[in-house]
Amino acid sequence: MVIYGVYIVNKSGGLIFNLDHNLPKIETEKTFSYPLDINLDYEGKKVSVAFGQRDGINVGHTLISVNGVHVNGTALEDGRDAKEVIENKDNYPLTLKFSRPKMTTNEKIFLASMFYPLFAIASQLSPEPKSSGIEVLEADTFRLHCFQTLTGVKFMIVAENLQPGIDVLLRRIYELYADYVLKNPFYSLEMPIRCELFDTNLQALLDQVEKGGVVSA
Amino acid sequence: MTICNLYIFDKYGTLLYYGEWNRLKHSGITKDEEAKLMYGMLFSIKSFVSKISPMDPKAGFLHYKTNKYALNYLELPSGVKFVLNTDNTSTGIREFLQTIYSKLWVEYVVRNPLWTMGTPVTSDLFEAKLNEFVKQSPLYGSKII
Repeated sequence: MVIYGVYIVNKSGGLIFNLDHNLPKIETEKTFSYPLDINLDYEGKKVSVAFGQRDGINVGHTLISVNGVHVNGTALEDGRDAKEVIENKDNYPLTLKFSRPKMTTNEKIFLASMFYPLFAIASQLSPEPKSSGIEVLEADTFRLHCFQTLTGVKFMIVAENLQPGIDVLLRRIYELYADYVLKNPFYSLEMPIRCELFDTNLQALLDQVEKGGVVSA
Repeated sequence: MTICNLYIFDKYGTLLYYGEWNRLKHSGITKDEEAKLMYGMLFSIKSFVSKISPMDPKAGFLHYKTNKYALNYLELPSGVKFVLNTDNTSTGIREFLQTIYSKLWVEYVVRNPLWTMGTPVTSDLFEAKLNEFVKQSPLYGSKII
């Protein structure tokens, strides 16, 4: 049982809750000699791999440290520019550490609001009448389950592909939401959820599910 | 078991072919606009999937399901995209799409010297073969209303 994350989106498409549950950390460290056999892309705010996958370093991974020195964006923590260090022959051999880019909170909010029109268009482009929006979206690495309540709140779970029982889990989370969020007098509707009781209960529920315990309704 | 419709796009988003079998609802916009909307949605889903994925995706997006239908997606390395809408209980659609690509698309479209890349397919032979193939498939069942 692996659940990667839980998202709750309000009826206007804003992310009001997010929990990363079991995100795998993908990091690879490797010592390189000159010249570098992977192509790096220095555009934008980060250094990422553009071409040349090898030894677990894949296209799209970002550089997080050089010789153990952490990289902030395109600059090293000690102030040197990453590009200059990597392109200088005298610095080799170099130990570079790459990781799959982690989503920032901003990116998560962006993605949550991006799902909203996808959900709506899926129902508009339906070949059958009266179709709902996307309920299950499957990719090769994960499966996203979405449950929309009558009031328009969407609960989403990103889980492993062949994970059964997610539908029940979604309704259990809805129950927790109704119990601990909506009954909280300090919570204003549509706003981000910051309720301690909800956090602890949700965590307990996910732990229970992950241990293989059947979710009882 | 129903096959509703099939869209084929190229890597630039041009609608190369559209086939329709059991479609009960029309979106109320022209076919051109519908194709653009569909391509735009697929493009967004692709980027959404690559960002939200916990691991490095390989094939990426495979399909989505609503309570009424499933949209199945096959993208080839050349950027040709096959989108097939079916009912949401059918299985083995990926293999079905792969066969359409290798046995029909490559044979009757790519190997047709009269077809220019990037233009809609007008070949009657392809259309006839596709119709025949779809109607023979076990996925193509009668519509239960």
